[in-house]
Amino acid sequence: MSNNEIELICIICPIGCSIKVYKVLDNIKIEGALCPRGVNYARQEILDPKRIVMSVVKVKNGDLPVVSVKTDVPIPKKCINEIMRLTALIEVEAPIKIGQVIVKDVCGANLIATREVKKNS
Amino acid sequence: MIKRRADVAIIGAGPAGIAAAIKAKLLGLETVLIENRDILGGIPLQCIHPGFGIHYFKEDLTGCEFIQRLIDRMYSVGVDLILNAYVHSIEFNSYIEKRVNVITPNGVYKIDTKTIIYATGARERHLFELNIFGDRPDGVYTAGEAQTLMDLYGILPGENIVIIGSGDVGLIMARRFALEGANVKAVIEIMPYPGGLIRNIVQCLRDFNIPLYLSHTVTDIIGSKRVESVKVAKVDENLRPIKSTEFEIPCDTIVIAAGLIPNIELLEKIGVAMDPKTRGPIVNEFLETSIPGIFVAGNALVINDLVDYAAEQGEIAAEGAKIYIENSGIPTKSWIKMTLGRNIRFVVPHYISGERDVILYARVQKPENNVYLSIANLKIKMYSVRPAEMVRIKIPAKTITENHYVTVPVEVIPT
Ligand code: SF4
Repeated sequence: MSNNEIELICIICPIGCSIKVYKVLDNIKIEGALCPRGVNYARQEILDPKRIVMSVVKVKNGDLPVVSVKTDVPIPKKCINEIMRLTALIEVEAPIKIGQVIVKDVCGANLIATREVKKNS
Repeated sequence: MIKRRADVAIIGAGPAGIAAAIKAKLLGLETVLIENRDILGGIPLQCIHPGFGIHYFKEDLTGCEFIQRLIDRMYSVGVDLILNAYVHSIEFNSYIEKRVNVITPNGVYKIDTKTIIYATGARERHLFELNIFGDRPDGVYTAGEAQTLMDLYGILPGENIVIIGSGDVGLIMARRFALEGANVKAVIEIMPYPGGLIRNIVQCLRDFNIPLYLSHTVTDIIGSKRVESVKVAKVDENLRPIKSTEFEIPCDTIVIAAGLIPNIELLEKIGVAMDPKTRGPIVNEFLETSIPGIFVAGNALVINDLVDYAAEQGEIAAEGAKIYIENSGIPTKSWIKMTLGRNIRFVVPHYISGERDVILYARVQKPENNVYLSIANLKIKMYSVRPAEMVRIKIPAKTITENHYVTVPVEVIPT
C-alpha cells in the first residue's frame, strides 16, 4: 500500500494543504485538498511534474563573468539534469539583453537570459 | 559642497526605494533617490530564482527581471539619482526642513528636503548572533554571500554543505547548490517549524531529497583551516541542545540562513522609536516614523517575504509624503494603537487613524490551523497561519470608526 501512497504539500496558495494521493492501478485518488486547484496541482505533480529551472552560464567579454538564465516555461522534472549539463558547458558572448534566447528548444523550452550583461570596456 | 532641494529624499534604491521614487514622481513631488552602490536595484540583483512581482506586475519573474522592469519604469518617469552615495547623517531641523548629508566621489551633497523615505533594506544575521561555538575556519558564508558568489560570479563556494537556518534565502540556495552538483547534507532549523515559505520547502528541499532537521541546532563547528564538520543536536522546548542526541556531519562549507535584521542605524541615531518585535521603526498607516516627515519602507521597516510588499510599502510611504507636504503633517484627529493579542508576534503599522482604508502586515508566533484573524470586529477565516508567511490584510476605515475604538486588538482565535 505505502508504495502507492504519496504525500504532497500544495504550493498553489499559502494555506499549504497536505494532500494524499493514492494510486491504485490506473486510478488516482486525491484527498486533503481544500479546493480544486489543489487537486489539479496534485494530479500534475503525480503524472507530469514540471519546474522552471534557473542557473548561470559563462560569459565572454562581459562586465560580469556569468549571466543568469531560466527556462521560459516549466520543463519536465526528469529533464532538469539535462539542462544543468548544458548550462555548465556553454559560453555566450557579451552584450546580453534580458529575455535574449541563449539556447533554443531544449526539453520543450527556450533557455533565456534573465539579466543584462554589458560588454567589458 | 553641493546644495540640493527636494520634496522627498529617498535613501536606498532597492525595490522599496525605487517603487517609492516612481510613485512620488507621479504624485508630482520633487524626488531625489540616493543609493550607496554604483548600481541600482539592491538585493533582487543577485536573485536568479522566480517568485518576484506576482502582485506588482501580475507576473512571476526572477529577481533580476523584476528589478530591471522596475528600474525601466523609474527611468521612464525620470527620477533624480545620486549613486555611489554614502549617507553620513540625517538632520531634523523643523517639521518641513530636514537635511540629508551625503558623501560621494563628486563631493559632499547637502540635500534640504521636506520629507525622507528611508528604504535601506536589511542585513543578514551572522554566526556570532546565533550562539554557535567552536572553531572559526574558512568556509562559513551567509546565504546572501553564497548567492552573490554563485549567481553573480559563477563560483561554487563548496562541495559538501550544511545550511544553518531554514529562511527563504537558505532554502533557495540549497536548491542552487543541488542543481550545480554540490551535496547539501542537511538544513538545520532550531524551531519546530520551517522559517521559509512552503513552496520553497517543497521545491528546494523535497525536490532534491535534502533532509530538514527541525528542532535541531549546530552545537560546534570543527576545522582548523577549512570547515571539516559540524556537531548537531536536538533541542528541548527551551531551545537548549540535548547533549545525548548529538551527532556529527562531515562537510566543507557552512551557510547561515538565519533571517534578516532591518538596517536602521541612521534612524536610531536621531532617536526614531523602534519596535523590539520587528526590530524596525514604529510607524503609522503612512509608514511615518515617530519623527514627523520621516517615512520607512521595505525591509528596513519590517522583514517581508515578498518583494511585492516591499514595493507596496514604498508606494504607501510616497503617498504619505505627498499628504504630509500638502498639510504640513499627516492630518488626523487621533492615532489608534494596534495591540497584539493571542498568537500575534507583530503588526505593522502600529498606529492607524481609522479615517482611511489601511493595509496591515502581521506575523503569527506559531503555526495554527482553522482560525479567525480578528481585527477589531472584523473576523477573517484562515485555514492556516504560519510564522513564515506574513499576513497582509486591507482593513476598511469604517471597521474602526463605526465602533469608536480606542485601541484595536489584533489576535488569532481558534474556531
Ligand atoms: S488545495 Fe487549494 S486551498 Fe489548499 S493549498 Fe492548494 S490552492 Fe490552497
